Amino acid sequence: MSDRKTNSELIEAGLARRYRAERRFKMYGIAATAVAMSFLVIVLVAIFVRGVGAFNQTQIAQVVFVDPELAKENDWQGMIKASLRETFPDVEDRKGKRLLYGLMSSGAGYDLQNMVQNDASLVGQKVQLWMPASDDVDMVMKGGVDRNQPESDRRISDQEFVWIDKLAADGMIELQFNTRFFTAGDSREPELAGIMGAAKGSFYTLVVCFLLSFPLGVMAAIYLEEFSPKNRWTDLIEVNINNLAAVPSIVFGLLGLAMFLNFFGLPRSASLVGGMVLALMTLPTIIIASRLALRSVPPSIREAALAVGASRLQTVLDHVLPLALPGMLTGAIIGMARALGETAPLLMIGMVAFIVDVPGNFTDPATALPVQIYLWADSPERAFTERTAAAIIVLLAFLIAMNVVAVILRKKFEQRW
Amino acid sequence: MEQDHIVKSFDEDLGQIDAIIAEMGGLAERQLADAVEALVRRDIELAQQVINGDKRIDELESTIDNLTIRVLALRQPMAEDLRMVIVALKMAANLERIGDYAKNVAKRTLILAAMDPVGNATQSVQRMAFQVQAMIKNVLDAYGARDIGKADDVRLRDEEVDLMHTSLFRELLTYMMEDPRNITACTHLLFIAKNVERIGDHVTSIAEYVHFLVAGDLPADERPKGDLSSQTMLEKI
Amino acid sequence: MALTISTEVSHSARQSDYSKSLSSKAAARKVNVYYGDKQALKDINIEIPECQVTALIGPSGCGKSTFLRCLNRMNDVIDGCRIEGEILLDGEDIYARGVDVVHLRARIGMVFQKPNPFPKSIYDNVAYGPKIHGIAKTRAEMDEIVFHSLEKVGLIDEVRDRMEAPGTSLSGGQQQRLCIARAIAVEPEVILMDEPCSALDPIATARIEELIDELKQNYTIVMVTHSMQQAARVSQKTAFFHMGELVEQGDTTDIFTKPQDERTLAYVTGRIG
Repeated sequence: MSDRKTNSELIEAGLARRYRAERRFKMYGIAATAVAMSFLVIVLVAIFVRGVGAFNQTQIAQVVFVDPELAKENDWQGMIKASLRETFPDVEDRKGKRLLYGLMSSGAGYDLQNMVQNDASLVGQKVQLWMPASDDVDMVMKGGVDRNQPESDRRISDQEFVWIDKLAADGMIELQFNTRFFTAGDSREPELAGIMGAAKGSFYTLVVCFLLSFPLGVMAAIYLEEFSPKNRWTDLIEVNINNLAAVPSIVFGLLGLAMFLNFFGLPRSASLVGGMVLALMTLPTIIIASRLALRSVPPSIREAALAVGASRLQTVLDHVLPLALPGMLTGAIIGMARALGETAPLLMIGMVAFIVDVPGNFTDPATALPVQIYLWADSPERAFTERTAAAIIVLLAFLIAMNVVAVILRKKFEQRW
Repeated sequence: MEQDHIVKSFDEDLGQIDAIIAEMGGLAERQLADAVEALVRRDIELAQQVINGDKRIDELESTIDNLTIRVLALRQPMAEDLRMVIVALKMAANLERIGDYAKNVAKRTLILAAMDPVGNATQSVQRMAFQVQAMIKNVLDAYGARDIGKADDVRLRDEEVDLMHTSLFRELLTYMMEDPRNITACTHLLFIAKNVERIGDHVTSIAEYVHFLVAGDLPADERPKGDLSSQTMLEKI
Repeated sequence: MALTISTEVSHSARQSDYSKSLSSKAAARKVNVYYGDKQALKDINIEIPECQVTALIGPSGCGKSTFLRCLNRMNDVIDGCRIEGEILLDGEDIYARGVDVVHLRARIGMVFQKPNPFPKSIYDNVAYGPKIHGIAKTRAEMDEIVFHSLEKVGLIDEVRDRMEAPGTSLSGGQQQRLCIARAIAVEPEVILMDEPCSALDPIATARIEELIDELKQNYTIVMVTHSMQQAARVSQKTAFFHMGELVEQGDTTDIFTKPQDERTLAYVTGRIG
């Protein structure tokens, strides 16, 4: 009886210390989480702040006379220049005119061209349309240029400011939603550059990657987990798969270059090849995740199926696979998300080229979102800085969307047992 | 079995039953001995003591009933444990009857003490009673030692008791025919003799149960019977 | 006063065909089982009579579950498990070359210790076996089989209006009965039960025991149980395993009232195990 009493006292004495230690540990945990979250928040906020501007684009409204003569020569830019001269009739000298024409983007003519091509009756008429301003004007409108700087230090001259102010007063210049960003391919001019090309390229690449890696990965996992005998060879295979999952991705790029491009002669820069390379990279991840998912199915289900007379294949397909599917899908989505963000392997197979056209199929030359971001990040123009951040936002949105899809799919396939 | 049960209290329960049976057996043995001694010495006080003492045996039988039911319900005994519990239950009933018969002898002794002894009848009864007393002692020993040979011997000895009863029956008939004044005394003695013979039968049953306890089966052969008193008839003189 | 002990004859046995109960449905001859180098079962020779319940009892780790799993070759899926000797079903060795394990398991069903219904609907649980073996040709036939099986295990009234509910939504006892229904849906000849009631409460246990009593009219049942009382209640034949050996086998009544072997006696009276 006395033993119990002294024990009780000892326990009592130690309680305060233990609770203190627990509180301390909790605080460490909270601090660590807070630090991690704050980093995340800082990064997101920084990107967002920098990129949100790119979703707006300065447009200038002009009344343009579709000169049949110029139309025949496809000199759309000339028509625009004419309209500018009309708006600012007091610009006489050549230098001034060049400056004036510089207000408009060099690609403004394409919009006009598209409009007239859709409706041939417009030739010889006056049309009003909004056209993209040059990237410098765009910067002014977004407040990125300091008027107080000496003129020689800035890209916009005082004269241009006057014109811009006049246009603004007349309501002929304003910021509009930048649909071009989402529909156009890459361009040397930031105001004309869009991510559609990269987005489509990424999409095709991911589709190829998924179609190759998921079935192969799942089937390999099923075989290795359920059917293969457990001996030294299978141990070796398992070790190698685990190692492959950790190999730097650029190595897969080299492999793709050597095998797909040089040996098999597949087209360079194609999403098809990009997808194949990424599939090689994702395969180990999917195999490992799928094996874990299969292993997590309790053996009692297998035994029940076998005992009722199911063959091993039937046991796996009818019972084990449906239960393991949520885990496999999660693994696949994780693999896909990684593949979406990989740049290095794609560099090796040439998807880093400057490609203007939006790819139409799997074999057209294309680029990918992360590569696009890399290329734009290299450019010095302020507008490209903006667009780089905007592209990163789009990429993150993709990733979040993929994760949401993963959660939905998992919930849908999760069977209660 | 020498090995103890994993649950010690089970052993304690069985031990308790064993002890009570032993106590009952000892009491029954003494009751018979005292009753017969009271008869021989015409000791009324001793007879009265025997009559009072039967209550204790009845109490013990009731205790055994409760204990065995309890063990059956709570322990689910198997094999020899189960046999032991059933045998204890049966033995207690037999021992209680033995006690009752001894009490009956003592009661009749109270009557006989007021009358003159009849011939050698009392000695004959005493001889028979000694035989039965020996049987009781042996069967209780056999039970305690789980000695199947001893139990089987006791079973066979009953034949002698039966023979003695038959001849005692004849003897008493003779006395009664000689002198009608003996009839009252002899009738009581007849009953006393019958009681002792019945005690012998109960002891034989106990011996069969001991055999069952050890072997798992009852003895295969019929128990030898020598009691022809039911067929005894004396020629008219 | 005579004391006789007669061999226990339950209601159902009296009604069943006596001639059936005399022949051996299954048997083991000189069976030795090894897990790697460790020997789990030594020289097992046992007779399993037809349409009776045979109980396998013994302390933990004595090999009774291992032996049970040999009867429907479930030990095949365990790596390193080696079986020597013969296991006969209707006189034919099930370990002979060319024996189809899938077909065998349709003839010998199994119910496990922890109820393990498939994570499918109640209907699909029972229908799975007949489906994969091609026993039911039409939906109507399948319905018939499913209803009949559920009726036999006494579940039909409880689940009649929720056949599409998941099998796991039932209580423990109901789940176990569902597993039994699943096993008998393919009309096996033998049903193996590995401690079928150990995860259930007493009422559910009693229901399952009653079910076993009824089932034995048509199926041969081999049951592993930890509870001697259950073996005594339910079985007609009992086999006592100890440390990998089959120590004694015989009528249940004899094993529990007058066992021949000292080890059996020590086990049933609670002195070892």
